[in-house]
This record gives sequence, structure tokens and C-alpha cells, in this order.
Amino acid sequence: MQPILELQNLEVNFHTLDGVVHAVNGVSYSVAAGKTLGVVGESGCGKSVSVLSVMRLIPDPPGKIKQGKILFHGEDLLEYDDKRMESIRGSEIAMVFQDPMTSLNPVLTIGKQLTEGMMVHQGISRKEATDRAIDLLTLVGIPNPAERISDYPHQFSGGMRQRAMIAMALSCSPEILIADEPTTALDVTIQAQIVELTKSLQERLGMAVVWITHDLGVVADLADDVVVMYAGYIVEEADVFQIYENPLHPYTLSLLKSLPRVDRRDQNKRLATIPGFPPGGLTVLPGCPFAPRCSFTVERCMHENPQLLPFEADHKVACWVDVSTGRER
Amino acid sequence: MNQTQILVQVKDLKKYFPIHQGILIQKEVGAVKAVDDVSFDIYCGETLGLVGESGCGKTTTGRTMLQLYPPTDGQVFFDGQDLTRKKPRELRALRKRMQMIFQDPYASLNPRWTISRIIGEPLSVHNMDQGNAKFEKVEELLDLVQLNANYMNRYPHEFSGGQRQRIGIARALASEPEFIICDEPISALDVSIQAQIVNLLEDLQDRFGLTYLFIAHDLSMVRHICDRVAVMYLGGIVEMAAQDELYDHPLHPYTQALLSAVPLPDPRLTRSRQRIILEGDPPSPANPPSGCRFHPRCAIAKEHCQTDLPIWREIRPDHWIACHEA
Repeated sequence: MQPILELQNLEVNFHTLDGVVHAVNGVSYSVAAGKTLGVVGESGCGKSVSVLSVMRLIPDPPGKIKQGKILFHGEDLLEYDDKRMESIRGSEIAMVFQDPMTSLNPVLTIGKQLTEGMMVHQGISRKEATDRAIDLLTLVGIPNPAERISDYPHQFSGGMRQRAMIAMALSCSPEILIADEPTTALDVTIQAQIVELTKSLQERLGMAVVWITHDLGVVADLADDVVVMYAGYIVEEADVFQIYENPLHPYTLSLLKSLPRVDRRDQNKRLATIPGFPPGGLTVLPGCPFAPRCSFTVERCMHENPQLLPFEADHKVACWVDVSTGRER
Repeated sequence: MNQTQILVQVKDLKKYFPIHQGILIQKEVGAVKAVDDVSFDIYCGETLGLVGESGCGKTTTGRTMLQLYPPTDGQVFFDGQDLTRKKPRELRALRKRMQMIFQDPYASLNPRWTISRIIGEPLSVHNMDQGNAKFEKVEELLDLVQLNANYMNRYPHEFSGGQRQRIGIARALASEPEFIICDEPISALDVSIQAQIVNLLEDLQDRFGLTYLFIAHDLSMVRHICDRVAVMYLGGIVEMAAQDELYDHPLHPYTQALLSAVPLPDPRLTRSRQRIILEGDPPSPANPPSGCRFHPRCAIAKEHCQTDLPIWREIRPDHWIACHEA
């Protein structure tokens, strides 16, 4: 299927007082209409920066998109002027942010914030926009939407605020919904509600979803394809079943091993761990960025950074070592 | 270690936070019932898990146990002594034996203090080691949490989240406590760091015979680390049992919903499994529902659930539950 959004070799740097932070280093991924892409990684791995670049929301300075292309329907968003980008942002590509408390304006009512985008992008009247806003709040499961629309964000609970954010993102029927850790601040029962809601909305509206998270459980539940990021690089890319059943990168493998399971008894007393901590992005290692923490490291890993290459059909990995044998490929 | 000896006993503990109205003349118009009639025992050397969603009162329970909040009612016994009746001076002597590890490793360390001063503070407060002995003790503590002793004169901002949490653990260990309340010690950390900290906590427990109250909302980690687990909802404990018993045979409808909401890192399993999706949000603890607090969201609620408070009963051996219908 033709991808609707495609990142090609994206590289983003931040120029700070301490030096240049290499946040995203040549990342490519794509998503097709009606599909969900899960982008997994720990804090600082560049997953959020990659989608903020899609929205052209990287503050410049200090941020700089050094190279790469972001193709939306085959056109490079990075070449759009600000005005043209504004007509797409929030309308054809919409985003839901992690923290629903700080991403809503506390002094404007939910209704005001919901209708603003529709009035700007679709040029409809306040009355029409309000009617649509009520429909949207019903769609995302807010009780008594006609009354709640005049509430302020603080009168909503965390889960309701995130629903309102999703309603806002959906208000202009986007082709792509980008969700940046939308459930991280929420409880598991509310997270389950939001995940189910996103799945059913995607089925009805046929949009593409890019879901950014560090939670390997949520990705297993809703993604079609998964990219795993580490230190600004994609280290593994495959469909969701391949990633979980046949992980090829040592990082993916050890992340999955370090998770205790809620549904089965512990086999071991100790959890498998990944030693050390993720690099900060200021220092660029000559070799593989995961090598210092990796249990499969061979000589080559220390001075040559592996490329992301197809290992099997539709399963790409950036590693010199075959994890099933422990030997260099 | 004697697993049957009770170290901490919480009896009918209540903590209400008053709600005031008015600016000049403040009137008390109600109370947030953060902890409402909670009782449990913690045995020597075990880890008791306290789980529940945000706002259910688990953190308040922990803080009230240590008398960081004065309880509204009820008693907390530590090693047989009622903490709620102690004078401040007596309490301070006992506090040496009870410590806390906090959730946010960024907010719980003084940014202007060096690591050695942070870790050494409990030693000064409790008149333990001074001077050179204190220095050696801090070195030993850093070694214990696997941090380089050369870091002693650095400041918290020079450390990553996982390292800061290790510093917090070293501080908690300084006064050689028997009982530590771990209040969401890993939820602010990255996935790959969480396992490191959990292993460290378990090693320290084995080594010093520590007793933990582990407060968390990550149900999978709780299953791994805890011996027994108590599930809280809206200020009250609804179910308590040994960890495998609770996870394999949850009997309270809330526990069942909570467990089924946890996504599994296995795409085939998590997609094929029947899920209980709870409607709406937990009600406000300022105005909890009558009868069973869970009845408005409960799938099996009957008429009497709306009026009668469920009693705390032993439904299977060592498996306690507060539900009429289970």
C-alpha cells in the first residue's frame, strides 16, 4: 500500500550551550492509511523529536532539521512555507500530546478550544462548529457533552481531558493522527479506554495513526508495524508479531526480557537487566550506540555503526551480530 | 527470618483532608476521605504491595503510616508500639527504623546539597556516625547502591534518573532501618532502568532483612517484587492476598478489571483476550458513593450494593475481599 506519510533519512540536531545534541540521526519510517505505526523507545531516543519534525514544531533555534525529507502524499513538508504548513497542521495531520493538563489552555473553555481549529481550517460558523464539537465529544465518550462543552479543563478528569484532546485532533477529520505518549500520564483502566477508543475511531475514519510510546504492552495491543529507536537511530523495524516473537536486535530482546509479566508466575527471582543508561546525545560513539550496554558486543561494534538492513522480508535490524547464535553475521 | 512475626500493623486508619470555603471566615464544608478505614498487617521481611489508580489514597496511606500526616483516626503499630500516641521526641527515635523512598528522584533530592551531605543527613539527625566515621559510612552506602564513591562531592543534577533513585535509596538506608516504604520508586524511570532498581531493592532486602511496603500502579512489577498485594479503590482496600493467588484468581470485580486493563507485551495474547473496560472515571473521594464504593462502575452490582457497606471477609484461605457478590 502507498504510504501516506514517509520520513526519509531525517536528521535533527539541537545546538545547546554544552554542544550539539544529535537527537535524530537518519531516521526513515512510513505509515499507510488505516494502519498504526508504533514508535518505541526510552526517553531521549528521539521518538518525539521525529514526530514534532513532521508537525514542523521543532523550535529553531536551538533545533535544526539538518537533512532528510518528510513526504506527505509524496510532497516534502519541509519545503512548505509557514502559511501552507499551517493549513495542514491540525487539519490534515493532527497530534495528541502526552500531558493533557499542559496541552490544553486552562483559561479557555473546552468548547472554545475545540471549535477554534474547525473555524480556522474549515471556515464554518461558530454555531456549526459548536454543533460539531458536541458530536465529537459524544464520539469520544464524554457524558452530557452539551453541558460539558462550556467547562474549563480543570473541571475535567485526566482521562476526560485526553478524550477532549483526541476530539480536538479529530475535529478536522485528519488523515494522520500522531499520538505522542497519549496514555503515559493516565491510569491503566483509563489507558484501556483510550486505546479501545482510538482503535474504533480508526476503523470508522480510516486514518493513519503514529503512536509514540515507551510501553511495549500498549504497542502489542494496537500497532500494525513497530519501529524501535535507540539514541536517535532506528535499531529494528518489523510488523508487530515479528518484533515480539522474533526480536533480532539485542536492545529489543533485552527490553522484552526485562519486563515482568502480569499474567504469569515469575520464572526467575531476578529480572534481566540492561546495564548502564542511555547515552545523552551529546557524545557520538564511533561504533554502535548500544554497544556499551550490549551483551552481544563483538570487536566490530566498537568502531563501526551498523546500518538498518533487511534481515528477512519486512524485518530490518541494525546489528552486526546474529542474536540466535551470538556470532557476527 | 521470621515471616509470621508482625512488624507493622495498621488498624482502622483514616485520613480526611478538610475542605474549606470562604476567604476571611473559613468554614469547613466537607472532607476528602483519602484513606477511609484501612487495616492490614505487614510481616517481618516481606514485601507488601499496595496498588490502585491515582487518587485512590495509596500514597496518603504510606505517609500517614509514618505520621508524616497526622491520622484522623485509627492506629499504626510499629514493632508493637502505637505511633499515633507517641510524643514527637519518641517518634523521632522510632523514625530511624522506618524510612521512605520517594517517587520523583528529581524533586526529592536537594539540588544545592552534595551527595555526601544528602546521604549523610540521616546520620547527623539521628546522632549516628560523625566526622570521619560518617565519611566512611557514606562511602559504604554509595558502594551498596553501586555508585562510585568518587561521586560524593557532586550535585544531584549531574546524575541520571536511575542514579538519583540510587542516591535516594542510599539515604533511606543510612539510618539502618528495618522498614522502608517505597512510594512508586520506579515509575519515573525508563523501562531499562526499572529492572536495575528493582533488582537492587531485592538484593538489599535479602542482605539486611528489610521489610517493604511497595506502593505502585505498575501491576506487573508488583507481581514480581511483592509477596502479598493489597488493592485499593477510593480510600479503601477491596482485596488482599498472596501475589500469585491474587493475580491468578482475582475475585473482586475491580481487581479483575484492573488486571485485564494491563496490556501484555505479546500481540497475539493481548488481542485475543477478553477485556473488562470500566466505564467513566473513579468518583471523587470528597463525595464517595454510598454502600460499596465501587458499585456505580461494577458489572455485577445488585441493589444492596448501593446501600450496604461490604464487610471485609476471608473468602479463601488468606484471601480477603470486600464485596457482597464475589
